[in-house]
Amino acid sequence: MIEEVRQRFRQLNPGVEFCSLRWVEERSETYSVRQDVEQPASMTLDGGVMITVIHRGGYGYAATSDVSATGLSKALERAKAWADASRQHSVFDYSSVALPRPVGRYQSPTPVVPRASRRELLDLLMAESQACKVNDKIVDWHAFIEFKQSHQLYLTHDGAEVEQQFDFVVPGLVVTAFGDGDSQSRSLGGQYNGYCRQGGMEIIHQSGLFGSGRRVAEEALELLAAPNCPSGNMDLLLKPEQMMLQIHESIGHPLELDRILGDERNYAGTSFVTLDMFGHYQYGSALLNVSYDPTLQNEFAAYGWDDDGTAVQKTLLIENGLLKRPLGGTISQARAGTDGVANSRACSWNRPPIDRMANLNVELGDKTLDEMIGGIEYGVMMDTNVSWSIDDSRNKFQFGCEKGWLIKNGQIQHVVKNPNYRGISATFWRSLKAVGDHSTFDVMGTPFCGKGEPSQVIRVGHASPACLFGGVDVFGGEE
Amino acid sequence: MKSYFYDLADFIQSRLHGGEDYTAWLSGERSDFVRFNHGKVRQAGEVQQLYLSLRLIRGQKHVAISLALTGMVEADQNRVGGALAHLRDLLVDVADDPHLLLNTIPQAGDRYESSRLPASEAMVEDVVAAANGYDFVGFLASGPMFSGFANSWGQRNWHETASFSLDWSLYAGGDKAVKAGYAATEWQREQFHHKFDHAAAQLLLLQKPARTIAPGQYRAYLTPDAMGELMGMMNWDGFSEKSLRTKRSSLIKLADDELSLNPMVNLREHTVEGLAPAFQAEGFIKPAHVDLIREGRFAGSLISPRTAKEYGVVTNGADGSEGFESLQMAAGDLPQDRALAELGTGLYISNLWYLNFSDRINCRVTGMTRFATFWVENGEIVAPLNVMRFDDSLFRMLGSNLAALTRERDLLVETQTYDSRQSNSMLLPGALLSEMTLVL
Repeated sequence: MIEEVRQRFRQLNPGVEFCSLRWVEERSETYSVRQDVEQPASMTLDGGVMITVIHRGGYGYAATSDVSATGLSKALERAKAWADASRQHSVFDYSSVALPRPVGRYQSPTPVVPRASRRELLDLLMAESQACKVNDKIVDWHAFIEFKQSHQLYLTHDGAEVEQQFDFVVPGLVVTAFGDGDSQSRSLGGQYNGYCRQGGMEIIHQSGLFGSGRRVAEEALELLAAPNCPSGNMDLLLKPEQMMLQIHESIGHPLELDRILGDERNYAGTSFVTLDMFGHYQYGSALLNVSYDPTLQNEFAAYGWDDDGTAVQKTLLIENGLLKRPLGGTISQARAGTDGVANSRACSWNRPPIDRMANLNVELGDKTLDEMIGGIEYGVMMDTNVSWSIDDSRNKFQFGCEKGWLIKNGQIQHVVKNPNYRGISATFWRSLKAVGDHSTFDVMGTPFCGKGEPSQVIRVGHASPACLFGGVDVFGGEE
Repeated sequence: MKSYFYDLADFIQSRLHGGEDYTAWLSGERSDFVRFNHGKVRQAGEVQQLYLSLRLIRGQKHVAISLALTGMVEADQNRVGGALAHLRDLLVDVADDPHLLLNTIPQAGDRYESSRLPASEAMVEDVVAAANGYDFVGFLASGPMFSGFANSWGQRNWHETASFSLDWSLYAGGDKAVKAGYAATEWQREQFHHKFDHAAAQLLLLQKPARTIAPGQYRAYLTPDAMGELMGMMNWDGFSEKSLRTKRSSLIKLADDELSLNPMVNLREHTVEGLAPAFQAEGFIKPAHVDLIREGRFAGSLISPRTAKEYGVVTNGADGSEGFESLQMAAGDLPQDRALAELGTGLYISNLWYLNFSDRINCRVTGMTRFATFWVENGEIVAPLNVMRFDDSLFRMLGSNLAALTRERDLLVETQTYDSRQSNSMLLPGALLSEMTLVL
C-alpha cells in the first residue's frame, strides 16, 4: 500500500505553498487470559492518510481512509478549502513557518528474541494466570500482551520523504485480593500499562511477566493485610514505576509549548510555566536533570522525525535544576519565538499533530537504593502509580501508588497500603534530595496520554532512576 | 451509509463457510473539527473515518478484528474478505469461550435523522465574529455520525444523526475563565449569541481580585457540570456488574448495603431519552431504562452479555465497558436561582476537573476546582477563587452532606473526541453540599 500512496500523492498537483501527506497503517494483536479463561483475541487493522495544506497564511487538513487517487484528491480539496476558510481568521500566519523537508528512514530496534506463536503466547499467559490463585482471597486476575506495529510515511509536495516503522510491546498482569471489606490490586508494571516499550519478545522477558503470577498475587495479599499508609510531612522515595507519572504530569505537560501558548486551555489546561521563565527559572534542586530523548530506541516514544518532519536530537530541558527549553514543535516554536524540540506528533492518521512530550527522562544520579533508604529518618517509599490528578496549570497534584514501604531510621519497616502524596510542582522538584544510580533505573511509559481537541491518546516514554524528596505531604486511605 | 452497510453485511454473509457465524458493528463519522485560540482559528480540518468490528464465530470459538474501511464498496469488500481469511487463521489457535453469549433472535432498532447542519465554515464565521475582543478558546465538532449492527441471524440495526458541539471558554486572564457549550442538531445564531453573551457577562465576576482559602470543610454549590464530573467517577466501573463481582467497583459498599447515599439520589440509565444507540455491539437491544440508584440505595448494575454468561445473570444490553451512556439524575426541589441564597457562605463551583480515586473501595475521590469558581458570602459572589484540591468520599458528598438538589436540570453532551465523537449524555441537577473537604 505504501508504494501506491507514494505514487498517487506524487501525481497530485496541489497548487499551494505547502502540502504534506502523512500515511499511517497500524496492526495490533491483543491476547489475554482472565481467571484461567482465554479472553477473545482481538486484532486491529487501521490505516489512512492526512493531507495538510498551508496557503496564504491559512492551515487546513483532511483525513480519510480512502487512499485511492480519488480519495487523496478529495482530501486535498477539503484541506485546501479549510486553509482558505481559516486564513482570514488564523491565530498565526502559517505561511511564515519554514517546515523542514526531511529525507530518511527510522525503524524500531530489531527484535532480539523471535516472536512466539499465538498458541505459545496464550499458553504462557495461561500459566501465569493459573499461578495467581494462591488463596481464596484472590478474586480476580488477568495477564495480557499487546503487540502493535506502526508503519508511517511522511511526504511533502516538493520531495521530502520519511518512512518510519515501529514495533510496540505492552505486557501486563493485574491481581485483585478482597477480604474484610477491603480490595487491593497489585500489578506488573502498573494497572494502566506502564510497562511498555519498543521491541519484540525480549521486552516481555525483560518485563518479568513470565514467572510473575504467584509473586504479584502474594503482593496483593500482602497489601490486603498491610496497615494504611501513615499521614504526615516526611521523606518520600519514589521508584521508577511512580517516577514515570511524576515526570509526566508535573514536568512533561507543564513544559508543552502549546499549553503555554494557550491552545489547550479549553480542555487539558494551561501551564504554570510562562515563556519568560526559560533560561533562569529554578524548576528543581541542582540534582535535577531532565532530557527529551526520542533517540533511546527501546523506549516507547522513540522515533526519528516528528509528524511535521523535524529530526530528533537528545536535548536537556532542565539542567542542574534550571529550566532551559520547552517541549514545542516547529510551528509552536515559530509562534512563541523560542527554541523547542521535535515533538509535534499525532496519535494516528485521523488527528492533526500537536505538541507531545515523547520520551521524557530524568538523568541518572549516583546513589544506590540502599544509600537513599539509609538516609531516611522517617518516610515512605512508593511504587507503581494507581491514581493521578493535577490542576489545569499542572501545579497542585495528588498521586497514589499501589504499594508503599514505611522507612524508619534508615530501615524498611513494613509494607503499607493506599499510599498517596500531594504537593505543588513549582516547589516539589526543589525538594529533590537524592537521585538514584543505574541500579535503580527503569524504562517505563504510557500508551494513554490524553490531550487535544479533537482528543488524542498518544504513546510516551519515561525512564528514571529512583528519586528521594524531602518534606512531602503523605497520607493513606480512609480510616 | 445505511444501504452501504447492509450490502456489506450481505457480502459478509455470502462469504461465510459452513458452521460459521458473524457479528458486525460499524461506526463512522464525517466530522469537521475547528480549534480556536485567542478568538482565532488554530487548526481546522475534516476527518472521515469508518470502522468495522467484525467477529467470526464457529461454535464456542470466536475472534474479532477492528478494520478501517473507506466507504467504497469494492475496496471495502476486498478488505473484509481479507479480514475474514485472517480471522479464520486466528480461530485455529484460540480455545472455546465459555462466556460467549450471542443474540440469535433478530430485534429491530433504527433511528435516522437527516442533517440540518449548515456548512461548518459558516459557524466558524459566527464564532470568530462573536469572539472578537475576547480571549476565546474552544472547539467546534460538526457533522454526521452513524452506527450499525448486523449478524448472521438476520438482525440489522442503524443509528444516524448529525449534530454539532461547540465547547468554549472565555478567559479573564491566567487560569480564570468561564466555560460554556452549545450542542444541537441545528445551528441557531440567536441561541448561540444568547449563550455567548451569558458567558461574557459572567466574565465581569472574574475581574475581581482572586481569593485563596485555606484547606478545610466548606459549604459548596456544585453546578450540573461539576456534578457531571462526580457522576463520571461513578461510571469508572462503579455500576459494572463485572467490577462489582470482582471487587474492583468503587460502589461495592453501596451494592452490599454497607453504606448508602442520600435518599434524594436517584440515578437511571435512560436509554430511551438519550442520544446513544439503543443497540450494542453484540446486537442486544437496551431496555428503555435501568434503575441504578433508587432513593440512595443500590438498585441495579449494568450487565454486558459476556458478564451475564459468566455469572449466570440476565444481560441488560450494556456494552463491554458496562458504563452508563444516557444518565439521568432525578431533580430536587431547590430552584436554581435560589442556589446562592441557600448556599449562604461557601463555594460556588462551576466545574470540577481531573478527578481520580484516592481510595477506591471507599469511593473517596480527589480533584480540582476549575473555571468560574467563586467565594460566596451571604448569598453574594465576593471573589473568584484560586484553584483548590478536594478529597472526599462520594458517600459523604452525595450522602450525609447532600443538602439539596436543584429543580432544574442541565443536559450535558459529551464533547471528548477520543477515537471518535461521542453520543453519551447526562441530565443532571446542581447540588448543594453542607460540607466538602478541600485539602490543598
